[in-house]
Amino acid sequence: MENIKNLNSQMIVTGAALAALAIFGLMNGISPVLLFASIIAAAQPLMFAAIGEMVVEKSGVLNLGVEGMMIIGAVAGFATAVSTTSPLLGVVAAALAGAALAMIFGILTQVLLANQVATGLALTLFGLGLAALVGQPFSGIKPPDFPEVDLIFLSDAPIIGPLFFGHDLMVYFGLILVTLTWAFLTFTRTGLTLRAVGEDHDAAHALGYNVIAIRLAAIAFGGAMAGMGGAYLSLIRVPQWSEGMTAGAGWIALAIVVFGTWRPWRVMLGAYLFGGVTILQLNMQAASITPLWLIVLGLFLAAVQVTVNSLRNPGPVDRWMVGLWAVTVAMGSIAQTYPISIPTQYLSMAPYLATILVLVVMSADKLRTNLNAPAALGRVFQRSN
Amino acid sequence: MLTLEPHRAGPVKQLFTPVWAILATMLAGGLLFLLLGKNPVEAIRIIFVDPLFDPFSRSELFIKAAPLAIIATGLSFGFRAGVWNIGAEGQFILGAICGGAVGLAFYGVEGVYVLPLMALAGMAGGFAWAMIPALLRTRFNANEILVSLMLVYVATLLLSALVSGPLRDPDGFNFPESRQFHDSATLPILIERTRIHIGIPIAFLISVGAWLILQRHVFGFHIKLMGAAPRAAHFAGVSTNRMVVLCLGISGALAGLAGVFEAAGPVGQLVPSLPTGYGFTAIIVAFLGRLQPLGILFASFVLALTIIGGETAQFSLQIPAAAISVFQGMLLFFLLAFDIFTRFRIRRGVAGVA
Repeated sequence: MENIKNLNSQMIVTGAALAALAIFGLMNGISPVLLFASIIAAAQPLMFAAIGEMVVEKSGVLNLGVEGMMIIGAVAGFATAVSTTSPLLGVVAAALAGAALAMIFGILTQVLLANQVATGLALTLFGLGLAALVGQPFSGIKPPDFPEVDLIFLSDAPIIGPLFFGHDLMVYFGLILVTLTWAFLTFTRTGLTLRAVGEDHDAAHALGYNVIAIRLAAIAFGGAMAGMGGAYLSLIRVPQWSEGMTAGAGWIALAIVVFGTWRPWRVMLGAYLFGGVTILQLNMQAASITPLWLIVLGLFLAAVQVTVNSLRNPGPVDRWMVGLWAVTVAMGSIAQTYPISIPTQYLSMAPYLATILVLVVMSADKLRTNLNAPAALGRVFQRSN
Repeated sequence: MLTLEPHRAGPVKQLFTPVWAILATMLAGGLLFLLLGKNPVEAIRIIFVDPLFDPFSRSELFIKAAPLAIIATGLSFGFRAGVWNIGAEGQFILGAICGGAVGLAFYGVEGVYVLPLMALAGMAGGFAWAMIPALLRTRFNANEILVSLMLVYVATLLLSALVSGPLRDPDGFNFPESRQFHDSATLPILIERTRIHIGIPIAFLISVGAWLILQRHVFGFHIKLMGAAPRAAHFAGVSTNRMVVLCLGISGALAGLAGVFEAAGPVGQLVPSLPTGYGFTAIIVAFLGRLQPLGILFASFVLALTIIGGETAQFSLQIPAAAISVFQGMLLFFLLAFDIFTRFRIRRGVAGVA
């Protein structure tokens, strides 16, 4: 029991989800190793975008335009990769395009003091439209292959080979970026300044820090990351360009930041959780398994979360906990006895419903979310000399 | 060095900001088309001017403006109070589904009560869909922006599932669409040889009603108070939770009503392609209209113009349908940017020395 108390709830929930997924794979004859390898690919675009947005929010700015920046990255990366036949140049172009779009947001909100919610929405609309316009000649084309990392011995090793060593470059690059972001925020002076700006911009300004410059830099970084996330979609994961191909991934990335309570490693876990939900949903569609199991999974994860909270806090057992476990078991037996099949559209709802569930579960514990949420998030800073 | 001094501009200046924003959008849009190798003058003419001079397009202007005005009026309440319902598109779809389902349930039944019943069902559907983010926000502190937006995707999938399932036309050769609504379930046409329907005068009435509530009712006062001074509102006994529920509820019900009107009016049946982004465009309408009911009426015509112009441009300029949101995004950018001139006075030199 002591050990459970030390683990964070994101780890437990994601772990429980991945365990459930492994069981699902074993029961249906799909190798769990392959499942996990595909989760990593599904999680990657979300991870890039969410880590970038986390840094932006840490500096006290709420940029709701992630979806727009992602799709601009997707189209810029794709177009560059196709015309230069270099996918790596595509990724660079995607980062630049995402950052450029983010600067529109930055100038409007930081210099012209516009409302961040409205500007973020405008950014998403603008990005979706511009991407459709620019990407028109590129639909139906196959992009150049992305270089695979091949570490002869390691990549061919059973289980650990496909799990850890068989991925594309971007997966490792993403992991490096998460590490660097974490180190930057935790250990560097600039990282501390960025967090200070996000907690209290007036105090940071009074200490002589340039609030606007720091925020603009964070916004540009967030844009570049979202752009690379988009490029991962169009160059590696799909790989193709089609209008509106991000399909809400940018918005899910925003929710992942909340799930990860503004901490890099937990944000990464959140991306894997959502990658898991996507992969599970796709595999269930393919194997035509009753979607009731998805409800069971959702209930199960909520029950795990409530149990963890209840074990942490001294005092009587949470009455929600007992109820949730009972409902989970009941739903499970219903799914086992009556495997009703319903149209695939309901399965496709899973990532969006999971986002809502995650937001509810994480936000319900007000104290813990508020402890790490940047205090100045979304507030307008006006320089007083 | 330029500095900003808080300053509230006069009403005339505030009124003109949207006009400047529209002009700037046309200019920037022209530039964009030039970069894409299309004739900028022709593009701007097709999108912003031509629809005004073609009699058919002119009547279509009303048909596109009505749902925008209805949804944006509902959204403006919440936006004033800092409650961000950006999932109006989903509430619009649920309104269409619920209203449409009632219309289909009464298939073949003649009676003047069918349409009002459909409208009520649609409003209830939109209201219920908006209550999900409202309750999750008030009960669990979940962000209403993200929840309401996620529900748009869920609603789109739900519509698609229903029209290929329980609501599918039994004689429709398995096409994913419902029956055509019968006469009693279709909005009456007001002017011969156009598609102008009864929903358009209703949009006007809703606008007048919203103006009365904002000017004369204590709820309107509370909304303004909460937007301008949340702490003062709290001390005055305005409950944040109640405002969240009311604002989301009103905007949801109105978006639902717009959904029924769209299904029972111009479209005439339930199809997966029913939602065309009115819920998102209405956000821009609300801002362009300065969150004022009368301004929203004006703004809904401007955005309707871009929608119709965008449709024409798809054929004549070969641009994708989604490209029109470039204009809509730019319009909001310029509006937010020019707002600085209404909220601040820009001074040369360092202020506050004296």
